[in-house]
Amino acid sequence: MATFTTKPSTTQSSQNGERAPAPLLHTLEHAPRTLPAYPSPVVMECSDVNIYYGDFRAVTDVNMAFAKNEITALIGPSGCGKSTLLRSLNRMNDLIPQARVEGSITFHSKGIYDDDVDPIEVRRRIGMVFQKPNPFPKSIYDNIAYGPRVTGMKVDNMDDHVEQALRRAALWLEVRDKLKQSAYGLSGGQQQRLCIARTIAVEPEVILMDEPCSALDPIATSRIEDLMVELRENYSIIIVTHNMQQAARIADRTAFFTADVDVVTGERTGRLVEYDLTTNIFQNPSDERTEAYIQGRFG
Amino acid sequence: MTALAGSAGLSVVVTIGIFFALLLPSLDFFREVRITDFLTGTRWAPTFADASFGVVPLVTGTLWTTAIGLAIAVPVGLAAATYLSEYASDRTRRILKPVLEVLAGIPSVVYGYFALFFVAPVLLRSIFGIELGTFSVLAAGLVLGIMIVPTVASISEDAMSAVPAGLRHGSLALGANKMRTTLRVVYPAAISGITASIVLALSRAVGETMIVALAAGTRAQVVLDPREAGQTMTGFIAQTATGESTPGTLTYNTLFAVGLLLFVITLVINLIAARFVRRIREVY
Amino acid sequence: MIPIAEAVAPPNLKAATHSDRSPGSIAFLVALWLALAIAVLSLTVLLVDAFIDGQSRLDSGLLTNYTSQVFPEQAGARAAILGSIWVISTTAVLAIPLGIAAGLYLEEFADSERWYNRLIETNISNLAAVPAIVYGMLTAGFALAIGMERRIVLSGAIALALLILPVIIIATRESVRAVPQEIRHGSLALGATPLTTVWRQTLPAAIPGIATGSILALSRALGEAAPLLLLGGLVFVNYDPNGLMSGFTTLPIQIFNWASQPQEAFQQVASAAIILMLGLLLVMNAVAILIRNRYQSRW
Repeated sequence: MATFTTKPSTTQSSQNGERAPAPLLHTLEHAPRTLPAYPSPVVMECSDVNIYYGDFRAVTDVNMAFAKNEITALIGPSGCGKSTLLRSLNRMNDLIPQARVEGSITFHSKGIYDDDVDPIEVRRRIGMVFQKPNPFPKSIYDNIAYGPRVTGMKVDNMDDHVEQALRRAALWLEVRDKLKQSAYGLSGGQQQRLCIARTIAVEPEVILMDEPCSALDPIATSRIEDLMVELRENYSIIIVTHNMQQAARIADRTAFFTADVDVVTGERTGRLVEYDLTTNIFQNPSDERTEAYIQGRFG
Repeated sequence: MTALAGSAGLSVVVTIGIFFALLLPSLDFFREVRITDFLTGTRWAPTFADASFGVVPLVTGTLWTTAIGLAIAVPVGLAAATYLSEYASDRTRRILKPVLEVLAGIPSVVYGYFALFFVAPVLLRSIFGIELGTFSVLAAGLVLGIMIVPTVASISEDAMSAVPAGLRHGSLALGANKMRTTLRVVYPAAISGITASIVLALSRAVGETMIVALAAGTRAQVVLDPREAGQTMTGFIAQTATGESTPGTLTYNTLFAVGLLLFVITLVINLIAARFVRRIREVY
Repeated sequence: MIPIAEAVAPPNLKAATHSDRSPGSIAFLVALWLALAIAVLSLTVLLVDAFIDGQSRLDSGLLTNYTSQVFPEQAGARAAILGSIWVISTTAVLAIPLGIAAGLYLEEFADSERWYNRLIETNISNLAAVPAIVYGMLTAGFALAIGMERRIVLSGAIALALLILPVIIIATRESVRAVPQEIRHGSLALGATPLTTVWRQTLPAAIPGIATGSILALSRALGEAAPLLLLGGLVFVNYDPNGLMSGFTTLPIQIFNWASQPQEAFQQVASAAIILMLGLLLVMNAVAILIRNRYQSRW
């Protein structure tokens, strides 16, 4: 049933269990109606994005926009470039020698790779949580206070600020009595929530998450998932996940990527196949590759 | 098999040998000189008619050259390690690391020559206009510092490179810049290795002989001004050993008493260093 | 995919006060460069200075003449060169087999749970940090105890062998550790005893690493003067050393002595000898690096 046919946007239904995307704000005259129009303002957008490592093209021709106050999941088999794309969204890719982004990635219509842009400011506005919890070898308090301190944020009362960040990350009750203790004493799930709290403390708009639960047990995972849904009220979240159920549970929209394998070199180039409301991706995908992946037939 | 074990066991024999080789003549020495006079006396004149065996002047000589050496080696070595570990591209690293390895491989007698014939007369006196004589603890200490730069740099760099990349990424993803990430995440995480490198450098500075024997001078005095000449513990041993020293004489025993003091000092420093190195492995 | 964003004022992503280009960051980077410049400059000046001082004496007389107290212009390093060759060869014969044996024992046979093996390990790392001059005192004491002459090639070699023994032990252990377990298991599975396995498989596989480490250790011994000072005399040697019981001097000792003389002519011959010694060290290091590169990464 899944083909490349276009779906009229009016057929979209909100079957996402936790929160239906807000209804359409407006319809665009000039847009081809291949995908639903966005119900929320766009916070970030990729246009013709190609990412290279030296001569090797890791991601090809990505066009997509991320909506404000929604959770967008990037899924697909390994080597499909989803993590690479995620890292280029806050210029963490700059740290990899020879990595190069072509096309444009914008944040509120401002290109983040423009010449007058400081990657450090980009990263402060667009935070990132990593696959493996990476708290600093400091106290819990200092882990949270670190970001505001080093970015020169004006904070009236650091104690309150730390408490707020920990509360938003649903960690306060567990750690309020041991703020001065090392963050390494926390469990893996707590460490990951600490890393989220640490990111929140610099007040970003967007939080990128690179498989944030892959190193955690199911209980810790579900706590983080609950947290992400809460955080959606204040932040826009873009998450890379290997776990399709996770995407189905929490994401408002899901983008499915696949890898083109070069038969000669074996190199994998990522490609965006389909990007739609999560409900459509999982229940009514328009591309047979998406359907095959969802049904576990490859990847 | 037994032969192999014996070879390994030899190292313990060597240590015991060092201990006795230093201790026995020292015991003879302390039969003639009170140990408190030795450790607290401020006049060192073992070969004079009115001989005096206060080791304080030698210890202050060592303190001066060591302090000046570390004042050079710690900032330069740490900066080199920081640059190599945090900033340098692979290509730069491939050029700079051999420079440090060559610096580490140059014999100390060559550094001594450099201190005596270039650093003192040309660099300090002619270029910087500092009034100093042929021998000074300043020139010896400066060159000593250059010599131990690679010790600080290579061990610190190992420690900093061992800091997981995830910590740096975590900091950068918060919008911290490279300098702050280095100063506030990498340094604290690598602190035990950095400390170990400094302590090992300290131990090398205390034990270094040829530079101070050539460039610091042979006047055993309590040095107050680094432009003055002074004698270190190792400098005294080198000077006396090259002269006539017949086993069994007080002069000969004096050598070993000073040697024992030197050995004890470096041993304590090394044990402290070993502590820190062990801690490196437990951090992450 | 076409964006449907409402108009939002573009954010300011310009260089913030905490950027990589802030004055503080630049000052920090400049300080790092300055430090490296000091290191590189010191090395350059040291080499150039030695070359300028010594070039007038880089003649055949340096190689063929004995040293002279009266005619510094004709002083040569003949005895010192031959002495260095004698002492370093003897050092190699003493230290390399012992170091390899000890390294093999500790890596392949020793049960590191046993207190005496742990004692040996701690002891070796402590020995590696004992000041060089102390090894001279040990040798002097040892020679006195057994009634051996102090000023002979054998004494010098013993002092230097003890000095570099820890280095060779450590190099052996690291090379042996790098030999893959499969090689050992393959041999043991054929019924070889552990000792035969070490002798026929592990040791030959580790030889390149051990050779590199040994050559580097010997080059350290070649440049070391401090322990030999304790053996007394050793300065004005006007004959070729002809055996283990022969008196001797070495290049670094001769350089030390010349550099201590007031006449400028001695300074020149000292720096000529420095160039010679650095040349020898360069050759030894080049050989070590060659061996390392040639046999590296065979598995």
